Amino acid sequence: MSVTLAPIVAGPGERARPLSRALARPAARLGLGIVLLFFFLCAFAPLIAPDDPYAQDLMSALARPSLAHLLGTDQYGRDVASRVLYGARYALLAIVVGDGLALGLGTTMGLAAGYLGGAVDAVLMRIVDVLLAFPYLLLALIIVAALGPSLLHSMIAIGIVYTPQYARLVRGQVLSVRQMDFVRAARALGASRARIILRHVAPNSLSPVIIMATLQAGSVVVETAGLSFLGLGAQPPSPDWGALLADGQNYFLTAWWIATFPGLAIFLVVLGFNLLGDALRREFDPRAR
Amino acid sequence: MGDYLAGRLGQLLIVLFGVSVVVFVAMHLLPGDVATLLLGDRATASALVRLRHQLGLDQPVIVQYWRFLRGALAGDFGTSLRDNRPALAEVLAAFPVTLQLTLAALLLAIAIGVPLGVLAALNEGTWVDTAITTPTLFGVSMPVFWLGLMALLLFSEKLGWMPVGGLMPIGTTMPRITGLSVVDAVLSGRLALVGEALRHLVLPAATLATIPLALITRITRGEMLASMHLEHVRTARAKGLPEGRVIRAHVLRNALIPIVTVIGLQFGLLLSGAVLTETIFSLPGLGRLMVDAILARDYPVVQAGAIFIAVVFVLVNFAVDLGYAALDPRIRRQ
Repeated sequence: MSVTLAPIVAGPGERARPLSRALARPAARLGLGIVLLFFFLCAFAPLIAPDDPYAQDLMSALARPSLAHLLGTDQYGRDVASRVLYGARYALLAIVVGDGLALGLGTTMGLAAGYLGGAVDAVLMRIVDVLLAFPYLLLALIIVAALGPSLLHSMIAIGIVYTPQYARLVRGQVLSVRQMDFVRAARALGASRARIILRHVAPNSLSPVIIMATLQAGSVVVETAGLSFLGLGAQPPSPDWGALLADGQNYFLTAWWIATFPGLAIFLVVLGFNLLGDALRREFDPRAR
Repeated sequence: MGDYLAGRLGQLLIVLFGVSVVVFVAMHLLPGDVATLLLGDRATASALVRLRHQLGLDQPVIVQYWRFLRGALAGDFGTSLRDNRPALAEVLAAFPVTLQLTLAALLLAIAIGVPLGVLAALNEGTWVDTAITTPTLFGVSMPVFWLGLMALLLFSEKLGWMPVGGLMPIGTTMPRITGLSVVDAVLSGRLALVGEALRHLVLPAATLATIPLALITRITRGEMLASMHLEHVRTARAKGLPEGRVIRAHVLRNALIPIVTVIGLQFGLLLSGAVLTETIFSLPGLGRLMVDAILARDYPVVQAGAIFIAVVFVLVNFAVDLGYAALDPRIRRQ
């Protein structure tokens, strides 16, 4: 005997409406536009970039922005515009690895804690408490110290830092969803624990997770860039935005453009994800309205 | 309240124990062998064995952890691998710089953010509201390390109004009493020093305050609007109270608990932001100390700094929690 119960919570039609309402706001559309542009630039950086981001040309080092180099050149004569463009790919990688790790790990912890309860819940939530006992950048610093400074390690560190937030969110969602009639019905019909979690509880806890992932994407970009800026993330000569800023800091009194444009790029991407995430939260989370 | 306090105290101890485990484990994952790090690549095998024995590195992990915990409780984290000073002494010397920076930033954020939020709420939907809320949207997305650089470029380099970094002009001699440069300058009784200390504090504090300022403005506006429509406010207006009094005594007071909550939560954000701000403005604070120690693999200092910051952070959060419980009886019953 099979029973289809998913539409009881929210059918596809009901979900589409708040989404289109969320995107009706000008701020949300601006956010979406920035995010789409960011994805586009990541995908087509090799076609758009005027130069090789690694090609040095010492004869034109520290050149001001001009027609030859729209955003100027750095101390090795590398084209800043090309480096910023390729840097977008590092930011996207940080989102995929960092935000992805936090989402995967946090969601698993939250599902297990919320659904299994008891000792599992107690242990997992104490781990979450301990992780939250560190200011987030300090925790990232400790993890990078343990693993050694590198781009991948900085992304893993940021992923672990944001894990507790997903774990708490999903646990809360699960606790409310598991009391709903369709989950009780599935349990009464003899569905296995794993099936109930994966087929019924997880999908119905998902929309706040997606909103959080959108909001965190911006933070992940800033934090990994921050670690690179401190010399603990991406290492030279990679054109990570944080590393570009660190480079520019040494020259910013004489060549302001090296640090200015990567910083502006970080700001815009974070703004895009924040505007989009904010609009989604307003529509999907009744408390935020 | 007694039960609540006991419960929270129990949680606090578990969390602090967890913090010590996390830091211990992280430092044991450190790439490279500590003995080799101390003696260099050319050390003889017997010298390495002797040093490992001296440091207790040849003992079981659980015994090592126990020694670490005993040392930590006594404030002994070993000596810095860079200059042989006690690790905790280095941390304590750097802490006042970070404390002064974060407190100044928090004060700025509250002093500007709360009135701006109130103003926006009172003018909901008008151009005043838009003029205040739009920049806050930008503020929360700001990478502080970039903002700091831009502020230096504008105010120090182009306009020449502010110093380019540091706590005091180079060559200034001032007795170190508290380690907080502004307080020490006041205690020294020299007005010119107070001015210099403040001038060096303004840009870093303003930079660090940006995100908390934006958050505090938004939350104040939101909470004011929410409590403006509550029944008791309507009653207060209906019985003819002057508008100013309605706002102060009924709307703002009611909105204050969530606002204080958000302010309490800013501390972690500020400590994190301080790491980056200190780097940009060349301030010898705890954040900078930690980053330098990590880059130099000076693990006793990293250990001492990590435990110290986490303990301060946990205790501040604990105090904030108790504060709410005292203010709002509903929290105690949860």
